[in-house]
Amino acid sequence: MYAVFIIFLPFIMAALLPATHRLIGDRLIGWYVMAVPLVLFAALIRLIPQIAGGEIVSASYAWIPDAGIDLAVRVDGLGMIFALLITGVGTLVALYSIYYLSPRESLGHFYVYLLLFMGAMLGVVFSDNLMLLYTFWELTSISSFLLIAFWYHRKGSRYGAQKAMLITVMGGFSLLAGFLMLYFMSGTFSISEIIGMRDVLAGEPMIVPAMFLILLGAFTKSVQFPFHIWLPDAMEAPTPVSAYLHSATMVKAGIYLVALFTPLFGGMEYWFWSLSIAGIVTLLWGAFNAMKQNDLKALLAYSTISQLGLIMSLLGFGSAALSASAAGDPAVYAAAGFAALFYMLNHSTFKGLLFMVIGIVDHEIGTRDIRRLGGLMSFMPVTFTFAVIGSFSMAGLPPFNGFLSKEMFFGAAVDIASGQPFAGGAEVLFPVVGWLASVFTFIYCTIIVYRTFLGPVQPEKIDRVPHEAPKGMLVAPGILAVLVILIFFFPNVIGKYVIGPAMQVMFPALSREADLVPEITAWHGVNLPLVMTFGVIALGLLLFITFRHWRRIYRVAPFRWTMDSIYRGLLQTGEAASNIVTDLYMTGRSRDYFVFIYLFFLITAGGMLFLTGAFEPDFSRGPVGIFEISFVIIMAFAAIAMLFVRSRITATLLNGVLGYSVAIFFVFFRAPDLALTQTVIETVTTVLFLLCFHFLPEWKPEDSPLRTKVVNGLIAIGAGVLVTAFGLTVQGYDVYGSISVYFEESYKLAGGSNIVNAILGDFRAFDTMLEVVVLFIAGIGVYTLIALKPKKGEDDVEGK
Amino acid sequence: MKENDVILRTVTRVVVFIILTFGVELFLSGHHNPGGGFVGGLVLSSALVLLYVVFDIETVHQGVPFDFRKIAAFGAMVSLLSGTAAAVLGKPFLSQGFGYFDLPIFGLTELATVTIFEAGVALTVIGTVVTIILSISKDV
Repeated sequence: MYAVFIIFLPFIMAALLPATHRLIGDRLIGWYVMAVPLVLFAALIRLIPQIAGGEIVSASYAWIPDAGIDLAVRVDGLGMIFALLITGVGTLVALYSIYYLSPRESLGHFYVYLLLFMGAMLGVVFSDNLMLLYTFWELTSISSFLLIAFWYHRKGSRYGAQKAMLITVMGGFSLLAGFLMLYFMSGTFSISEIIGMRDVLAGEPMIVPAMFLILLGAFTKSVQFPFHIWLPDAMEAPTPVSAYLHSATMVKAGIYLVALFTPLFGGMEYWFWSLSIAGIVTLLWGAFNAMKQNDLKALLAYSTISQLGLIMSLLGFGSAALSASAAGDPAVYAAAGFAALFYMLNHSTFKGLLFMVIGIVDHEIGTRDIRRLGGLMSFMPVTFTFAVIGSFSMAGLPPFNGFLSKEMFFGAAVDIASGQPFAGGAEVLFPVVGWLASVFTFIYCTIIVYRTFLGPVQPEKIDRVPHEAPKGMLVAPGILAVLVILIFFFPNVIGKYVIGPAMQVMFPALSREADLVPEITAWHGVNLPLVMTFGVIALGLLLFITFRHWRRIYRVAPFRWTMDSIYRGLLQTGEAASNIVTDLYMTGRSRDYFVFIYLFFLITAGGMLFLTGAFEPDFSRGPVGIFEISFVIIMAFAAIAMLFVRSRITATLLNGVLGYSVAIFFVFFRAPDLALTQTVIETVTTVLFLLCFHFLPEWKPEDSPLRTKVVNGLIAIGAGVLVTAFGLTVQGYDVYGSISVYFEESYKLAGGSNIVNAILGDFRAFDTMLEVVVLFIAGIGVYTLIALKPKKGEDDVEGK
Repeated sequence: MKENDVILRTVTRVVVFIILTFGVELFLSGHHNPGGGFVGGLVLSSALVLLYVVFDIETVHQGVPFDFRKIAAFGAMVSLLSGTAAAVLGKPFLSQGFGYFDLPIFGLTELATVTIFEAGVALTVIGTVVTIILSISKDV
């Protein structure tokens, strides 16, 4: 119950937010939202001793039991790390956003989306059912879409939101396919059960395709090359969102997924190579591209891409520990998994910090373009200090937490290169590429500090007088900055209580705690990783100073073939192709649409009727009296006359004759309910027709060629004949027994003697309910089309 | 319409109440006799439409100051929630119940949850029909 409550609290609070917003106003709504992650964070901290003791808090409720889909929630060490990030960073981001967003923004929308995301993300990390996880997974994509498009009046925001949505949802579908394959192989949706069936599933031939599909989902979400292209465009979101979704939490959902399935797929060679190679390529490519950015947020986006690649490759290295056949000591490889989780935690602190710093610069100076910034140190001393702490940590310098995790990364890469778990040979490249990427990282960290805060001020290029941020805005980054330093001095507390339990989940095969939780030390003597760090600093400084001389290399690469232009090309081709198809049938003439509808009806329904030989007209039932015959004649006369009348009002009245005659037929057949309804409907429809007169063009005789007229006439006659044939056939149709006996019990079963209403309101209430909803949607549709259409001379909002 | 329609206006004033009463009667009698939420709602909305046609929109709005879009939404919500109540009680979604009660004035009366459901239907119909007709006629 406790665990379910944790997931659903954000959703409940989001539902209550509009009412609360009205009650407490714009100034306090941010604090209301901040309380949610704060309470959850406290609740999770309380659970840590239990989880660290190896206990697992779980709860399960039947949701769709027939399909094996349960509301199964499971809080274990792995989910715990991510949940701590979601709630901890969530609290700080909410606090920061209170000062960042002006009350003129639509705060209500913003905070509802934020809470929605928070709940969805907690759902992802606590689900123990594949379908539940998938649902929450897509919900994070949707809330991310809404948040990126928060300033939807900007074209860039809409483009970025659409791009993020298309790429992550494509990955989501692939994930769904992978999950379904796992379900068909294992027969269950329960994640813990599936992981328990590791040995059985390893023999299945389809396990490798399922693995790749799941990886595609993880890679699109966690921006691995070549799916990283959506993240820089997602930076159009407000900075608190970038700090929260696009660096600290959502982009780590893919990392979570990989860690979650490590006990299942870990040890497979494909898994090792896919993760390591994708990760290491992303690491290098992200760092390489980060250096050339002029927009500080774009720089941070590429650096996030690069560091997510680093974490992914570490998870790949670590998975070698689960292979039975790999060479080397499993505990050494498992240390890479430990490093991955440690790096991820550190990344959230220093990257969140840096995003908030850039947000402050953007907020107070009005730009985040490094070509216009410089020398802000003397104006914003506190912000500058935070920037130094964050950047140096990211660059891997002591005394900041980034140093520890960067050293561990070097160590893990060296261990893999020397251990050669799968004897591929290519492992030797991992430390080299990783080291090179770290040099790039060092360079762009220096760029952040130097180009923003040092050097000459350029007052002519900025619009405002630089000044320090308000105190409230500095609290959240301040807390993160303190954490960055604290973690450096006390890393083993986190190692033991937070990462240790997660390692038990990821590497169930390794039981000794010493194997799972290596001691983190800042000083471990002069060894290869330390030498590598010195090399990074030396080469990094050298390259930074000579940056302007080798910047040209960015112009060498063939940019026609970047992933971005391929994406744009695909999108444009797709749109053009669907335009061609759509223009084929969307002619704008309602006569054409009637032709399509009735042709389809004639071909499918009519074809079915005659192909299956179901057409057996039955004239035997009931005598046809004089009343019926006379009304048939009236109706036929009205219908034919409608073709030749010269005014629209006559046509409307003739149409009314048809409608009221149908009502009279209902009376003949003793269906008073139908007759009543038909009469009222006919009345209201006639009023509607009269109202619409105003909008209809001049009534003029049709001047289409004879051929078209003949074809249309044939289709019209064919549709009429077909409906008649159906009517006659239905009369004689008795293949299945009648179900009316059941309905005749209506007085006993539903307490009503009007059988029609008993069916509508009780026996088939679901149909009626949906019809009511459809009616409502139709009404809203008409209203929206008319009331919200652009006025004359007003711009079309869409697209331009 | 700006013609001299004194007769129409006078007749409407009386007839509207007859139509409204008829609509309510249809709605309530639907359980055992012809009628029900859908047709009851339609008759009620036709009375409103008659008012709108005979008088102008502003005048009617002063007398019937409802936002019919909200009524439509509220009705759809009532239908939906009336079904959810059954689900909360452990019955299949949209199960209806009924019982016979000895009420002070009415005597032995049958009360059925389907009435709530039908009320939702009726409100949606009224809201939707009036919304459509009003938005088309306002757009001149």
